[in-house]
Amino acid sequence: MEKKPFERPLIKRLNAGMPGKFGIHSHIEPLREIDGVLVKDLIAEHGSPLYVLSESALRRTFREAYQTFSTRYPRVQFAWSYKTNYLNAVCNVFHQEGAWAEVVSGFEYEKALQNGVPGSQIIFNGPDKQEKDLRLAIKNGSLIHIDHFDELYMLLELAGQGTGTPKVAIRVNMDTGIYPRWDRFGFNYENGEAWEALNRILLSEKLELVGLHTHIGTYILTADAYRAAAAKLASLATGIEKKYGKVIQYIDLGGGFASKNTLKGAYVPGTDAAPSFEEYADAISSALIKSEIKPDNLPLLILETGRAMVDDAGYLLGTVLANKRLADGRRATIADIGVNLLFTSFWYQHEVLPAQDVSQHTEETTLYGPLCMNIDVIREAIDFPLLKKGDHLVIKRIGAYNMTQWLQFINYRPRVVMIDEAGKPHVIREREDLVHLIRLEKVPEHLQSPKQKKQ
Amino acid sequence: MIRLKKNIAISDTGFVFDPSTGESFNVNETGMQMISFLKEGKTPEEITALITQEYNIDPLSFEKYFQDFMEMLKQFNLLTEKKEV
Ligand SMILES: Cc1ncc(COP(=O)(O)O)c(C=O)c1O
Repeated sequence: MEKKPFERPLIKRLNAGMPGKFGIHSHIEPLREIDGVLVKDLIAEHGSPLYVLSESALRRTFREAYQTFSTRYPRVQFAWSYKTNYLNAVCNVFHQEGAWAEVVSGFEYEKALQNGVPGSQIIFNGPDKQEKDLRLAIKNGSLIHIDHFDELYMLLELAGQGTGTPKVAIRVNMDTGIYPRWDRFGFNYENGEAWEALNRILLSEKLELVGLHTHIGTYILTADAYRAAAAKLASLATGIEKKYGKVIQYIDLGGGFASKNTLKGAYVPGTDAAPSFEEYADAISSALIKSEIKPDNLPLLILETGRAMVDDAGYLLGTVLANKRLADGRRATIADIGVNLLFTSFWYQHEVLPAQDVSQHTEETTLYGPLCMNIDVIREAIDFPLLKKGDHLVIKRIGAYNMTQWLQFINYRPRVVMIDEAGKPHVIREREDLVHLIRLEKVPEHLQSPKQKKQ
Repeated sequence: MIRLKKNIAISDTGFVFDPSTGESFNVNETGMQMISFLKEGKTPEEITALITQEYNIDPLSFEKYFQDFMEMLKQFNLLTEKKEV
Protein backbone atom coordinates (compact mmCIF):
# COMPACT_ATOMS: atom_id res chain seq x y z
CA MET A 1 0.00 0.00 0.00
CA GLU A 2 1.29 3.43 -0.82
CA LYS A 3 1.85 5.62 2.19
CA LYS A 4 0.03 8.92 2.58
CA PRO A 5 1.97 12.14 2.04
CA PHE A 6 3.15 13.52 5.34
CA GLU A 7 2.25 17.03 6.39
CA ARG A 8 4.01 18.31 9.45
CA PRO A 9 1.68 18.32 12.48
CA LEU A 10 0.10 21.65 13.28
CA ILE A 11 -1.86 23.06 16.17
CA LYS A 12 -3.21 26.59 16.15
CA ARG A 13 -5.05 28.52 18.82
CA LEU A 14 -8.46 29.78 17.76
CA ASN A 15 -9.47 33.22 18.92
CA ALA A 16 -13.22 33.13 19.24
CA GLY A 17 -15.01 36.07 17.70
CA MET A 18 -11.79 37.76 16.70
CA PRO A 19 -10.88 37.48 13.07
CA GLY A 20 -7.22 36.56 12.78
CA LYS A 21 -4.60 39.01 11.69
CA PHE A 22 -5.06 37.71 8.18
CA GLY A 23 -8.83 38.04 8.19
CA ILE A 24 -10.85 35.30 6.63
CA HIS A 25 -8.60 32.59 5.46
CA SER A 26 -8.59 31.72 1.83
CA HIS A 27 -7.00 28.61 0.51
CA ILE A 28 -3.52 29.10 -0.89
CA GLU A 29 -3.22 27.69 -4.38
CA PRO A 30 0.22 26.37 -5.17
CA LEU A 31 2.04 27.65 -8.23
CA ARG A 32 3.28 24.43 -9.78
CA GLU A 33 4.31 25.65 -13.20
CA ILE A 34 5.34 28.72 -15.11
CA ASP A 35 4.28 28.92 -18.76
CA GLY A 36 3.72 25.17 -18.77
CA VAL A 37 7.09 24.24 -17.24
CA LEU A 38 7.01 22.57 -13.82
CA VAL A 39 8.80 24.47 -11.07
CA LYS A 40 10.13 21.15 -9.83
CA ASP A 41 11.70 20.42 -13.23
CA LEU A 42 13.17 23.91 -13.52
CA ILE A 43 14.88 23.52 -10.16
CA ALA A 44 16.06 19.97 -10.96
CA GLU A 45 17.65 21.20 -14.16
CA HIS A 46 18.95 24.62 -13.18
CA GLY A 47 19.39 24.51 -9.41
CA SER A 48 17.88 26.45 -6.54
CA PRO A 49 17.45 29.35 -6.09
CA LEU A 50 16.56 30.25 -9.66
CA TYR A 51 15.26 33.36 -11.41
CA VAL A 52 12.70 32.69 -14.11
CA LEU A 53 11.38 35.17 -16.65
CA SER A 54 8.41 34.65 -18.90
CA GLU A 55 8.95 35.97 -22.41
CA SER A 56 5.22 35.76 -23.07
CA ALA A 57 4.49 37.91 -20.02
CA LEU A 58 7.09 40.49 -21.08
CA ARG A 59 5.61 40.78 -24.55
CA ARG A 60 2.02 40.70 -23.33
CA THR A 61 2.62 43.53 -20.87
CA PHE A 62 4.49 45.63 -23.40
CA ARG A 63 1.77 45.20 -26.02
CA GLU A 64 -0.93 45.97 -23.51
CA ALA A 65 0.85 49.16 -22.43
CA TYR A 66 1.55 50.27 -26.00
CA GLN A 67 -1.97 49.49 -27.15
CA THR A 68 -3.49 51.35 -24.21
CA PHE A 69 -1.48 54.52 -24.80
CA SER A 70 -1.50 54.52 -28.58
CA THR A 71 -5.27 54.25 -28.73
CA ARG A 72 -5.52 57.40 -26.62
CA TYR A 73 -2.69 59.51 -27.99
CA PRO A 74 -1.44 59.66 -31.58
CA ARG A 75 2.30 59.31 -31.09
CA VAL A 76 3.73 57.06 -28.38
CA GLN A 77 7.19 55.64 -27.86
CA PHE A 78 8.35 53.44 -24.98
CA ALA A 79 12.00 53.44 -23.95
CA TRP A 80 13.17 50.46 -21.92
CA SER A 81 14.57 51.61 -18.57
CA TYR A 82 17.77 49.56 -18.45
CA LYS A 83 18.34 49.81 -14.71
CA THR A 84 15.10 47.98 -14.06
CA ASN A 85 16.44 44.83 -15.70
CA TYR A 86 19.37 45.01 -18.08
CA LEU A 87 19.86 41.35 -18.85
CA ASN A 88 20.38 41.47 -22.61
CA ALA A 89 17.68 38.91 -23.33
CA VAL A 90 15.13 41.05 -21.47
CA CYS A 91 16.26 44.28 -23.18
CA ASN A 92 16.08 42.61 -26.58
CA VAL A 93 12.55 41.36 -26.04
CA PHE A 94 11.53 44.99 -25.50
CA HIS A 95 13.68 46.25 -28.37
CA GLN A 96 12.05 43.68 -30.67
CA GLU A 97 8.71 45.03 -29.52
CA GLY A 98 9.85 48.49 -30.58
CA ALA A 99 11.21 50.03 -27.39
CA TRP A 100 14.07 52.50 -27.42
CA ALA A 101 16.63 52.39 -24.58
CA GLU A 102 16.72 54.60 -21.49
CA VAL A 103 20.10 54.52 -19.75
CA VAL A 104 21.69 56.33 -16.82
CA SER A 105 25.37 55.46 -17.02
CA GLY A 106 28.21 54.86 -19.44
CA PHE A 107 27.89 51.15 -18.72
CA GLU A 108 24.20 51.03 -19.56
CA TYR A 109 24.86 53.17 -22.64
CA GLU A 110 27.45 50.66 -23.90
CA LYS A 111 25.06 47.83 -23.21
CA ALA A 112 22.33 49.48 -25.27
CA LEU A 113 24.74 50.00 -28.18
CA GLN A 114 25.80 46.37 -27.93
CA ASN A 115 22.18 45.35 -28.08
CA GLY A 116 22.01 47.09 -31.43
CA VAL A 117 19.97 50.10 -30.38
CA PRO A 118 20.73 53.00 -32.77
CA GLY A 119 22.36 55.91 -30.95
CA SER A 120 19.48 58.19 -31.91
CA GLN A 121 17.12 55.90 -29.97
CA ILE A 122 19.06 55.98 -26.72
CA ILE A 123 17.87 58.35 -24.02
CA PHE A 124 20.68 59.25 -21.68
CA ASN A 125 19.37 60.21 -18.22
CA GLY A 126 20.80 60.67 -14.78
CA PRO A 127 23.20 62.91 -12.87
CA ASP A 128 26.29 60.80 -13.62
CA LYS A 129 27.31 61.25 -17.22
CA GLN A 130 31.08 61.38 -17.63
CA GLU A 131 32.73 63.59 -20.21
CA LYS A 132 33.67 60.59 -22.33
CA ASP A 133 30.08 59.30 -22.15
CA LEU A 134 28.77 62.67 -23.29
CA ARG A 135 31.21 62.82 -26.19
CA LEU A 136 30.03 59.42 -27.38
CA ALA A 137 26.37 60.36 -26.93
CA ILE A 138 26.87 63.58 -28.92
CA LYS A 139 28.63 61.71 -31.70
CA ASN A 140 25.84 59.13 -31.87
CA GLY A 141 23.06 61.70 -31.84
CA SER A 142 21.58 60.29 -28.62
CA LEU A 143 19.01 62.18 -26.58
CA ILE A 144 20.83 63.72 -23.64
CA HIS A 145 18.56 64.65 -20.75
CA ILE A 146 20.37 67.31 -18.75
CA ASP A 147 20.13 66.89 -15.00
CA HIS A 148 21.99 69.92 -13.60
CA PHE A 149 23.77 73.13 -14.59
CA ASP A 150 27.23 71.54 -14.33
CA GLU A 151 26.21 69.11 -17.03
CA LEU A 152 24.66 71.89 -19.12
CA TYR A 153 27.93 73.85 -19.01
CA MET A 154 29.97 70.78 -19.83
CA LEU A 155 27.76 70.20 -22.88
CA LEU A 156 28.16 73.82 -23.98
CA GLU A 157 31.90 73.34 -23.76
CA LEU A 158 31.85 70.05 -25.68
CA ALA A 159 29.51 71.47 -28.31
CA GLY A 160 32.15 73.99 -29.22
CA GLN A 161 34.64 71.23 -30.00
CA GLY A 162 33.21 70.16 -33.29
CA THR A 163 31.76 66.76 -32.35
CA GLY A 164 28.29 67.78 -33.53
CA THR A 165 25.34 69.58 -32.02
CA PRO A 166 24.16 67.80 -28.89
CA LYS A 167 20.47 66.86 -28.93
CA VAL A 168 19.19 67.70 -25.49
CA ALA A 169 16.18 67.80 -23.22
CA ILE A 170 16.06 69.00 -19.65
CA ARG A 171 14.79 66.96 -16.78
CA VAL A 172 12.22 68.93 -14.84
CA ASN A 173 11.14 68.30 -11.26
CA MET A 174 7.88 69.68 -9.97
CA ASP A 175 5.03 69.53 -7.52
CA THR A 176 2.52 66.98 -8.81
CA GLY A 177 0.64 66.73 -5.55
CA ILE A 178 2.48 63.65 -4.33
CA TYR A 179 5.04 62.98 -1.67
CA PRO A 180 8.01 62.56 -1.73
CA ARG A 181 8.92 65.14 -4.34
CA TRP A 182 11.95 64.02 -6.30
CA ASP A 183 13.46 67.49 -6.43
CA ARG A 184 17.09 66.43 -6.42
CA PHE A 185 16.92 65.50 -10.07
CA GLY A 186 16.68 68.04 -12.83
CA PHE A 187 15.54 71.65 -12.77
CA ASN A 188 12.62 72.86 -10.72
CA TYR A 189 9.44 73.99 -12.44
CA GLU A 190 7.83 76.09 -9.73
CA ASN A 191 10.82 78.26 -8.85
CA GLY A 192 11.70 79.10 -12.43
CA GLU A 193 14.91 77.09 -12.56
CA ALA A 194 13.61 75.05 -15.50
CA TRP A 195 13.12 78.28 -17.49
CA GLU A 196 16.60 79.43 -16.57
CA ALA A 197 18.04 76.24 -18.02
CA LEU A 198 15.85 76.48 -21.13
CA ASN A 199 16.87 80.09 -21.74
CA ARG A 200 20.51 79.18 -21.37
CA ILE A 201 20.14 76.36 -23.90
CA LEU A 202 18.09 78.25 -26.45
CA LEU A 203 20.14 81.43 -26.32
CA SER A 204 23.39 79.52 -26.70
CA GLU A 205 22.40 78.10 -30.11
CA LYS A 206 24.98 75.39 -29.51
CA LEU A 207 22.56 72.76 -28.27
CA GLU A 208 19.46 71.49 -30.02
CA LEU A 209 16.55 71.38 -27.61
CA VAL A 210 14.43 68.43 -28.69
CA GLY A 211 12.39 67.45 -25.65
CA LEU A 212 11.25 67.90 -22.09
CA HIS A 213 11.59 65.19 -19.50
CA THR A 214 10.40 64.39 -16.02
CA HIS A 215 10.38 61.31 -13.83
CA ILE A 216 8.16 62.13 -10.88
CA GLY A 217 8.97 59.12 -8.72
CA THR A 218 8.33 55.44 -8.61
CA TYR A 219 5.34 53.24 -7.68
CA ILE A 220 3.01 56.24 -8.09
CA LEU A 221 -0.47 55.23 -7.03
CA THR A 222 -2.31 58.25 -8.38
CA ALA A 223 -2.75 58.72 -12.09
CA ASP A 224 -3.56 62.38 -11.38
CA ALA A 225 0.08 63.06 -10.59
CA TYR A 226 0.82 62.28 -14.24
CA ARG A 227 -1.97 64.59 -15.34
CA ALA A 228 -0.27 67.38 -13.41
CA ALA A 229 3.17 66.49 -14.75
CA ALA A 230 2.00 66.31 -18.36
CA ALA A 231 0.19 69.65 -18.01
CA LYS A 232 3.28 71.35 -16.60
CA LEU A 233 5.60 70.04 -19.31
CA ALA A 234 3.01 71.02 -21.93
CA SER A 235 2.93 74.56 -20.56
CA LEU A 236 6.72 74.74 -20.82
CA ALA A 237 6.44 73.51 -24.41
CA THR A 238 3.90 76.18 -25.36
CA GLY A 239 6.01 78.81 -23.58
CA ILE A 240 9.06 77.79 -25.59
CA GLU A 241 7.15 77.96 -28.83
CA LYS A 242 5.80 81.39 -27.98
CA LYS A 243 9.10 82.82 -26.90
CA TYR A 244 11.53 81.12 -29.30
CA GLY A 245 9.31 79.80 -32.08
CA LYS A 246 10.75 76.41 -31.28
CA VAL A 247 8.54 73.32 -31.44
CA ILE A 248 9.31 70.68 -28.84
CA GLN A 249 9.54 67.25 -30.49
CA TYR A 250 8.79 65.07 -27.49
CA ILE A 251 7.57 65.03 -23.93
CA ASP A 252 9.04 62.22 -21.84
CA LEU A 253 7.10 61.43 -18.66
CA GLY A 254 9.64 58.94 -17.32
CA GLY A 255 8.64 55.82 -15.44
CA GLY A 256 6.92 55.31 -12.12
CA PHE A 257 3.75 53.37 -12.85
CA ALA A 258 3.01 51.05 -9.92
CA SER A 259 3.34 47.32 -10.44
CA LYS A 260 0.86 44.93 -8.86
CA ASN A 261 3.10 44.22 -5.88
CA THR A 262 1.87 45.18 -2.43
CA LEU A 263 3.84 47.74 -0.48
CA LYS A 264 4.78 46.86 3.09
CA GLY A 265 2.19 48.10 5.52
CA ALA A 266 -0.41 48.69 2.78
CA TYR A 267 -3.99 47.82 3.64
CA VAL A 268 -5.02 47.19 0.09
CA PRO A 269 -3.14 44.63 -2.01
CA GLY A 270 -1.23 45.98 -4.99
CA THR A 271 -3.48 44.09 -7.38
CA ASP A 272 -6.29 46.45 -6.27
CA ALA A 273 -4.29 49.56 -5.41
CA ALA A 274 -2.22 49.97 -8.57
CA PRO A 275 -3.89 52.06 -11.27
CA SER A 276 -4.26 50.30 -14.61
CA PHE A 277 -2.44 51.40 -17.77
CA GLU A 278 -5.82 52.81 -18.85
CA GLU A 279 -5.98 55.15 -15.88
CA TYR A 280 -2.46 56.45 -16.42
CA ALA A 281 -3.03 56.75 -20.16
CA ASP A 282 -6.32 58.62 -19.73
CA ALA A 283 -4.72 61.13 -17.38
CA ILE A 284 -1.66 61.75 -19.54
CA SER A 285 -3.31 61.87 -22.94
CA SER A 286 -6.13 64.14 -21.82
CA ALA A 287 -3.67 66.56 -20.21
CA LEU A 288 -1.59 66.75 -23.40
CA ILE A 289 -4.52 66.98 -25.76
CA LYS A 290 -6.25 69.62 -23.62
CA SER A 291 -3.07 71.69 -23.34
CA GLU A 292 -2.40 74.74 -25.47
CA ILE A 293 0.00 72.87 -27.72
CA LYS A 294 -1.26 73.23 -31.29
CA PRO A 295 -2.74 69.98 -32.62
CA ASP A 296 -0.23 69.91 -35.49
CA ASN A 297 2.63 70.19 -33.03
CA LEU A 298 1.57 67.50 -30.57
CA PRO A 299 4.85 66.07 -29.31
CA LEU A 300 5.83 62.43 -29.30
CA LEU A 301 4.95 60.97 -25.89
CA ILE A 302 7.85 58.97 -24.49
CA LEU A 303 7.41 56.65 -21.50
CA GLU A 304 10.21 54.97 -19.58
CA THR A 305 8.01 52.47 -17.77
CA GLY A 306 10.16 50.09 -15.74
CA ARG A 307 8.65 48.08 -12.91
CA ALA A 308 5.11 47.96 -14.29
CA MET A 309 6.52 46.48 -17.50
CA VAL A 310 8.65 43.71 -16.05
CA ASP A 311 7.69 42.88 -12.46
CA ASP A 312 4.96 40.39 -13.35
CA ALA A 313 7.17 38.46 -15.75
CA GLY A 314 9.73 37.52 -13.08
CA TYR A 315 9.67 34.69 -10.55
CA LEU A 316 12.22 33.64 -7.96
CA LEU A 317 12.15 29.94 -7.16
CA GLY A 318 13.64 28.54 -4.00
CA THR A 319 13.77 25.64 -1.60
CA VAL A 320 13.00 25.29 2.11
CA LEU A 321 16.20 24.65 4.06
CA ALA A 322 14.73 24.30 7.54
CA ASN A 323 11.83 25.00 9.84
CA LYS A 324 12.35 26.44 13.29
CA ARG A 325 10.45 27.73 16.26
CA LEU A 326 11.43 31.14 17.50
CA ALA A 327 11.77 31.56 21.25
CA ASP A 328 8.18 32.79 21.58
CA GLY A 329 6.76 29.79 19.72
CA ARG A 330 6.33 31.52 16.37
CA ARG A 331 7.13 29.52 13.28
CA ALA A 332 10.14 30.38 11.17
CA THR A 333 10.89 28.91 7.78
CA ILE A 334 14.32 29.32 6.26
CA ALA A 335 14.61 29.24 2.49
CA ASP A 336 17.63 29.50 0.22
CA ILE A 337 16.58 32.96 -1.03
CA GLY A 338 18.39 35.77 0.72
CA VAL A 339 17.51 39.45 0.62
CA ASN A 340 20.66 39.91 -1.47
CA LEU A 341 18.74 38.18 -4.27
CA LEU A 342 15.47 39.92 -3.48
CA PHE A 343 16.27 43.54 -2.88
CA THR A 344 12.63 44.46 -3.35
CA SER A 345 11.69 42.57 -0.17
CA PHE A 346 12.70 45.74 1.67
CA TRP A 347 9.63 47.55 0.39
CA TYR A 348 7.29 44.91 -0.98
CA GLN A 349 5.27 42.28 0.78
CA HIS A 350 6.02 39.77 -1.91
CA GLU A 351 3.52 37.06 -2.65
CA VAL A 352 5.13 33.70 -1.82
CA LEU A 353 3.49 30.49 -2.92
CA PRO A 354 4.25 26.81 -2.46
CA ALA A 355 5.17 24.91 -5.61
CA GLN A 356 3.53 21.65 -4.59
CA ASP A 357 0.19 20.49 -3.20
CA VAL A 358 -0.56 21.68 0.32
CA SER A 359 -3.46 21.12 2.68
CA GLN A 360 -5.68 24.02 3.67
CA HIS A 361 -3.79 24.37 6.95
CA THR A 362 -1.57 27.38 7.33
CA GLU A 363 0.48 28.89 10.07
CA GLU A 364 1.72 32.39 10.70
CA THR A 365 5.30 32.14 9.58
CA THR A 366 8.31 34.38 9.26
CA LEU A 367 10.17 33.59 6.09
CA TYR A 368 13.92 33.99 6.40
CA GLY A 369 16.71 33.78 3.89
CA PRO A 370 19.96 31.86 4.45
CA LEU A 371 22.26 34.81 5.11
CA CYS A 372 23.83 34.96 8.54
CA MET A 373 22.28 38.33 9.27
CA ASN A 374 19.26 39.59 11.11
CA ILE A 375 18.04 41.71 8.21
CA ASP A 376 17.57 38.65 6.04
CA VAL A 377 13.79 38.50 6.18
CA ILE A 378 11.77 37.78 3.05
CA ARG A 379 8.38 38.10 4.76
CA GLU A 380 7.81 39.09 8.37
CA ALA A 381 4.43 37.52 8.89
CA ILE A 382 2.86 35.45 6.23
CA ASP A 383 0.02 33.00 6.55
CA PHE A 384 1.83 30.10 5.01
CA PRO A 385 1.20 26.41 4.34
CA LEU A 386 3.27 23.82 6.18
CA LEU A 387 6.28 23.37 3.96
CA LYS A 388 8.97 20.87 4.82
CA LYS A 389 12.69 20.83 4.17
CA GLY A 390 13.25 20.32 0.47
CA ASP A 391 9.86 21.72 -0.58
CA HIS A 392 9.91 24.42 -3.24
CA LEU A 393 8.43 27.87 -3.13
CA VAL A 394 7.86 30.60 -5.68
CA ILE A 395 8.09 34.34 -5.13
CA LYS A 396 6.00 36.24 -7.61
CA ARG A 397 6.46 39.60 -9.36
CA ILE A 398 10.19 40.02 -8.91
CA GLY A 399 11.16 41.01 -12.46
CA ALA A 400 12.01 44.63 -11.65
CA TYR A 401 15.26 45.78 -10.05
CA ASN A 402 16.22 42.44 -8.46
CA MET A 403 18.40 41.30 -11.35
CA THR A 404 20.27 44.61 -11.34
CA GLN A 405 20.47 45.44 -7.63
CA TRP A 406 21.36 41.92 -6.51
CA LEU A 407 24.45 41.52 -4.40
CA GLN A 408 26.91 38.72 -4.56
CA PHE A 409 27.20 37.74 -0.90
CA ILE A 410 28.30 34.49 0.72
CA ASN A 411 27.26 32.46 -2.28
CA TYR A 412 27.13 32.59 -6.08
CA ARG A 413 24.33 34.41 -7.78
CA PRO A 414 22.06 31.82 -9.38
CA ARG A 415 21.10 31.17 -12.95
CA VAL A 416 18.48 33.18 -14.75
CA VAL A 417 16.23 31.34 -17.15
CA MET A 418 13.81 32.76 -19.69
CA ILE A 419 10.92 30.60 -20.88
CA ASP A 420 10.23 31.40 -24.52
CA GLU A 421 6.80 31.70 -26.07
CA ALA A 422 6.83 28.01 -27.01
CA GLY A 423 7.46 27.03 -23.40
CA LYS A 424 11.16 26.26 -23.81
CA PRO A 425 13.48 27.45 -21.03
CA HIS A 426 16.76 29.16 -22.03
CA VAL A 427 19.59 30.04 -19.68
CA ILE A 428 20.04 33.81 -20.10
CA ARG A 429 22.61 34.24 -17.34
CA GLU A 430 24.82 31.50 -15.98
CA ARG A 431 25.24 30.79 -12.31
CA GLU A 432 28.42 32.46 -11.11
CA ASP A 433 31.40 30.34 -10.20
CA LEU A 434 34.71 30.78 -8.42
CA VAL A 435 36.62 31.58 -11.60
CA HIS A 436 34.15 34.31 -12.49
CA LEU A 437 34.22 35.79 -9.00
CA ILE A 438 37.96 35.92 -8.48
CA ARG A 439 38.80 37.01 -12.00
CA LEU A 440 39.15 40.63 -10.91
CA GLU A 441 41.06 39.94 -7.71
CA LYS A 442 44.79 40.42 -7.43
CA VAL A 443 46.88 39.14 -4.54
CA PRO A 444 50.11 41.08 -3.85
CA GLU A 445 53.15 38.84 -4.15
CA HIS A 446 53.94 38.84 -0.42
CA LEU A 447 50.39 37.66 0.39
CA GLN A 448 50.27 34.79 -2.04
CA SER A 449 50.08 31.25 -0.77
CA PRO A 450 52.62 28.82 -2.23
CA LYS A 451 49.81 27.39 -4.33
CA GLN A 452 48.91 30.80 -5.76
CA LYS A 453 52.57 31.48 -6.54
CA LYS A 454 52.72 28.38 -8.67
CA GLN A 455 49.79 29.49 -10.82
CA MET B 1 6.56 11.40 31.93
CA ILE B 2 5.00 14.19 29.89
CA ARG B 3 1.37 13.55 28.94
CA LEU B 4 -1.55 15.28 27.39
CA LYS B 5 -3.80 16.93 29.99
CA LYS B 6 -6.46 14.46 30.83
CA ASN B 7 -9.64 16.40 30.22
CA ILE B 8 -8.72 17.65 26.73
CA ALA B 9 -11.62 17.12 24.33
CA ILE B 10 -11.04 16.20 20.69
CA SER B 11 -13.63 16.37 17.90
CA ASP B 12 -13.27 14.38 14.68
CA THR B 13 -13.38 17.57 12.68
CA GLY B 14 -10.02 18.77 13.85
CA PHE B 15 -10.88 20.81 16.92
CA VAL B 16 -9.27 20.50 20.33
CA PHE B 17 -10.81 22.04 23.44
CA ASP B 18 -9.17 22.62 26.81
CA PRO B 19 -12.00 22.87 29.41
CA SER B 20 -9.64 24.11 32.09
CA THR B 21 -8.83 27.30 30.15
CA GLY B 22 -11.75 27.45 27.73
CA GLU B 23 -9.40 27.65 24.78
CA SER B 24 -9.99 25.99 21.43
CA PHE B 25 -7.42 24.86 18.91
CA ASN B 26 -7.42 23.78 15.34
CA VAL B 27 -5.23 20.86 14.21
CA ASN B 28 -4.41 19.30 10.88
CA GLU B 29 -4.72 15.58 10.13
CA THR B 30 -1.30 14.56 11.41
CA GLY B 31 -1.68 16.81 14.43
CA MET B 32 -5.03 15.19 15.18
CA GLN B 33 -3.58 11.71 14.98
CA MET B 34 -0.74 12.56 17.28
CA ILE B 35 -3.04 14.13 19.85
CA SER B 36 -5.26 11.05 19.78
CA PHE B 37 -2.25 8.80 20.27
CA LEU B 38 -1.03 10.96 23.13
CA LYS B 39 -4.45 10.85 24.71
CA GLU B 40 -4.37 7.08 24.49
CA GLY B 41 -1.13 7.25 26.45
CA LYS B 42 1.10 5.96 23.68
CA THR B 43 4.87 6.46 24.05
CA PRO B 44 6.90 8.53 21.58
CA GLU B 45 8.33 5.29 20.14
CA GLU B 46 4.87 3.86 19.56
CA ILE B 47 3.67 7.07 17.97
CA THR B 48 6.69 7.20 15.69
CA ALA B 49 6.11 3.62 14.61
CA LEU B 50 2.44 4.25 13.88
CA ILE B 51 2.97 7.47 11.96
CA THR B 52 5.89 6.27 9.86
CA GLN B 53 3.87 3.19 8.95
CA GLU B 54 1.00 5.19 7.63
CA TYR B 55 2.75 8.24 6.18
CA ASN B 56 5.58 8.74 3.80
CA ILE B 57 8.19 9.86 6.33
CA ASP B 58 11.20 8.24 7.94
CA PRO B 59 11.63 8.05 11.74
CA LEU B 60 14.56 10.47 11.85
CA SER B 61 12.74 13.20 9.94
CA PHE B 62 9.63 12.57 11.98
CA GLU B 63 11.53 13.04 15.24
CA LYS B 64 12.06 16.73 14.64
CA TYR B 65 8.41 17.36 13.75
CA PHE B 66 7.36 15.37 16.80
CA GLN B 67 9.57 17.44 19.07
CA ASP B 68 8.36 20.64 17.50
CA PHE B 69 4.75 19.58 17.98
CA MET B 70 5.33 18.70 21.65
CA GLU B 71 6.93 22.11 22.05
CA MET B 72 3.75 23.74 20.72
CA LEU B 73 1.54 21.65 23.02
CA LYS B 74 3.67 22.85 25.91
CA GLN B 75 3.40 26.47 24.76
CA PHE B 76 -0.37 26.09 24.65
CA ASN B 77 -0.39 24.54 28.09
CA LEU B 78 -1.87 21.25 26.97
CA LEU B 79 0.65 18.98 28.66
CA THR B 80 1.09 17.86 32.23
CA GLU B 81 3.96 16.17 33.94
CA LYS B 82 2.88 12.87 35.37
CA LYS B 83 5.05 11.21 38.02
CA GLU B 84 6.20 7.72 37.04
CA VAL B 85 4.76 5.03 39.34
C1 LIG C 1 14.75 58.48 -15.20
C2 LIG C 1 14.05 57.22 -14.91
N1 LIG C 1 13.21 56.70 -15.83
C3 LIG C 1 12.54 55.55 -15.62
C4 LIG C 1 12.68 54.84 -14.44
C5 LIG C 1 11.89 53.59 -14.24
O1 LIG C 1 11.00 53.76 -13.20
P1 LIG C 1 9.87 52.73 -12.80
O2 LIG C 1 10.52 51.41 -12.59
O3 LIG C 1 9.32 53.29 -11.55
O4 LIG C 1 8.87 52.70 -13.91
C6 LIG C 1 13.53 55.35 -13.45
C7 LIG C 1 13.69 54.65 -12.18
O5 LIG C 1 14.13 55.11 -11.17
C8 LIG C 1 14.22 56.57 -13.69
O6 LIG C 1 15.05 57.10 -12.76
